[in-house]
Amino acid sequence: MTSNGLAGAATAIAVAAFGVSKRFPGVIANQDVNFDVRVGEVHALLGENGAGKTTLSNILTGLYRPDDGHLEVAGLSVEFDTPRDAINAGIGMVHQHFRLVPTFTVAENIALGAKLPSERHIPNLREIEERVSELANRFEMPVDPRSRVWQLSVGEQQRVEILKVLYRDAKVLIMDEPTAVLTPIEADVLAGTLRSMVDQGRSVIFISHKLGEVMSISDRVTVLREGRSIGTVATSDTSRQDLAQLMVGRTIERVERRVTDVPASGPTVLEIAGISADGDRGLQALNDVSLHVRRGEILGVAGVAGNGQRELVEVLAGLRARSSGTITVEGEPFDRMDARHPIHLGVAYVPQDRLGTGLAGDLSIEENLILKKYRRRPVSGGPFLRTSVIRSEAVALMDRFDVRAPSPQTPTRQLSGGNVQKVLLAREMSGAPKVLVIASPTQGLDVGAVATVHGLLLEAAEAGVGILLVSEDLEEVRALADRVAVIYEGSIMAVLDAQDATIERLGLLMGGSRDAGDKS
Amino acid sequence: MSFNDNLLIVIAASAIFYGTPLVFAALGEILAERSGVINLGVEGMMLLGAVSAAWVATNVDGPAGVVLPLALLAAMIAAGMGAAIHAFLTITLRVNQIISGLALTIFAGAAGLSSYLANIWNLGQAPIVNQFNRLDVLGLADMPLLGPILFHQTLLTYLSWSLVIGASFYLFRTRAGLHLRSVGESPQTADSVGISVAGYRYFHVILGGTFAGIAGACFSLSIVPTWADGLTSGQGWIALALVIFGFWRPDLMLVGAYLFGALSSLGFTLQARGVGISLAVLSALPYAMTIIVLVLVSTSSARRHLGAPAALGKPYEREER
Repeated sequence: MTSNGLAGAATAIAVAAFGVSKRFPGVIANQDVNFDVRVGEVHALLGENGAGKTTLSNILTGLYRPDDGHLEVAGLSVEFDTPRDAINAGIGMVHQHFRLVPTFTVAENIALGAKLPSERHIPNLREIEERVSELANRFEMPVDPRSRVWQLSVGEQQRVEILKVLYRDAKVLIMDEPTAVLTPIEADVLAGTLRSMVDQGRSVIFISHKLGEVMSISDRVTVLREGRSIGTVATSDTSRQDLAQLMVGRTIERVERRVTDVPASGPTVLEIAGISADGDRGLQALNDVSLHVRRGEILGVAGVAGNGQRELVEVLAGLRARSSGTITVEGEPFDRMDARHPIHLGVAYVPQDRLGTGLAGDLSIEENLILKKYRRRPVSGGPFLRTSVIRSEAVALMDRFDVRAPSPQTPTRQLSGGNVQKVLLAREMSGAPKVLVIASPTQGLDVGAVATVHGLLLEAAEAGVGILLVSEDLEEVRALADRVAVIYEGSIMAVLDAQDATIERLGLLMGGSRDAGDKS
Repeated sequence: MSFNDNLLIVIAASAIFYGTPLVFAALGEILAERSGVINLGVEGMMLLGAVSAAWVATNVDGPAGVVLPLALLAAMIAAGMGAAIHAFLTITLRVNQIISGLALTIFAGAAGLSSYLANIWNLGQAPIVNQFNRLDVLGLADMPLLGPILFHQTLLTYLSWSLVIGASFYLFRTRAGLHLRSVGESPQTADSVGISVAGYRYFHVILGGTFAGIAGACFSLSIVPTWADGLTSGQGWIALALVIFGFWRPDLMLVGAYLFGALSSLGFTLQARGVGISLAVLSALPYAMTIIVLVLVSTSSARRHLGAPAALGKPYEREER
């Protein structure tokens, strides 16, 4: 756990929260939160989405002021009015969505912020670059201080974020879901970096909802649930199951791995042959992708975010032009770039961006539910919509898909993430599709909603729908998919049968190493 | 006919003379846009500056050395107040920047506050006595070639050059300039390292407004030089195009401003030489050029390479949960 050299100092408290509460209109984000972080430890803040982790870190970094309670840094009571106060007190934040200026160089990004006593009034970039290199060497995070941030990989950008905080000599680093954007291998490297930082007398607050990494990286864990701190335990004295129970407040059932009962020779419903397409920046994002999905099969597409997944599902939904390749749905070619064409062919689409692309947030649930069939009877007659039909269908669908909302007229924007996803699935599945293309189906959902969504997907597959499931969550892909394709830099690295798709193997393939994918 | 009466030299010299207000106005707009706030009120702010400068120059007695700085100061304050309204609306109230800027131009512009003020102040009856005259710097005004171009301009031109140099240094060499650019590129990033996004935006929008005020004073104290309704004749819009034309860089903008200044002066110059091109066509040239530049740079591919501040036009709000 904590390194021996600092055993004496380990009892010193780097930062602590006492009875911290924060309310927003209609929501209590934090309620009487207590926890303390020791010097030289990795302290995990574990909780589901909406448990108050982000609010708490925003309080620790001076973005929000607590309504009640107070913070202490190194034993002294502090009050942060602005982020600058927190930085001056030695607290630095590594955001999940990086706070970097893409057009600036690494050194310029690191130099942003108040002048350090050691710096000149007119900043000397050469000097700053040298100091960044020194720091990068000391913590073994190689990065070229002169390169522009947009040229860097996500892992490198994260290093810049960490260096930015270290450059200001932060004693406490808050890392918000740092592994969400990393491959398993990069995540291991990060764990080593965090270890070397705490060994050099700093402290890390590690925010996560993933039990596995919390168990492997942290020294102690504070669990947050519904805005409250439930308790702090030493990682060595606890287990995944105990933590899960603390986090959710009840025992959770893990999704059972489905038994593959689809005959390998079943009819193919979706055939993708050699498609290539460009991304938003005009660079090639998909390179000769060929996949097929059989009736009643779930094909998982795993990969680190930004390796062409978005472009792939957009091509399948008719939202992005492809430069080559063919797509057929039950033998019928889909050759126009037109969002209505795949709908007619029986392709349902649940995008990752549910409220932006999937639903119209300001429209009601019932209006969203008819978005793909308002042209036809019985929803419309001639130019008119038939409100009574719409209403009764909406009520039936909300019941069947377990959408919890005050009424069918509630704007979808006001629903929780889980209910938004259920509305979307209800609309797509009610069209009796042959193929379902779904991206990150459970991202941001709480455990209960995850189970419902997974159940709905398995049900759909059983009913014969071929599902293309794109997800960055490896456990989800392994739990649901019959076969797993790994996408890396726009190419399919390999397609593995579910039983061969171990985390290690998927991890190597996701990092671009082809050796792991000999069997396909 | 001396060497310095050569047509090209005359055009070059008057390009700088007529380009000077464009330099001020576009430089101010560069500062505002680098902070992420687009201000379409340039034309309105210039007219506010022009009318205030004209009032001071008409009503304050004293030597030019006292009156003219006071007139400039009045122009800066009046236009700065206009910019402050825009800043409050767009930064604090997060009103759409395009609409607020247009409203400012309509409110302060040719048929608005500036002509109302001129009316009740009885301006425009006679040429203004205290005006910025062309100087003979170091006695070099008659030097062949460079004399008329570089050493026979008004004090305003020399002021604009020093501001362009100062602004370039500020933007690309100082800590505050780095912070300003980060606010315009990624306000979330700036906020997270403790830079005051609203503070930088307010300061630079208002500073940009004061520059537009000087631009207006260039017309009422030097180019025209008296008050006439709408005397800036749409040059504020040209300044807005120049910001894009100059890739949001003061040095490149300066080149563009003199190009437009040359087009603006072509009419008078050629007419004086008796060249038989319609004056109407010549006067339309800078505006036609503006449209062409805007069409060329508005294609999405050009926009991507131009380097517009990424957060330009977007109000900043800390993400709420």
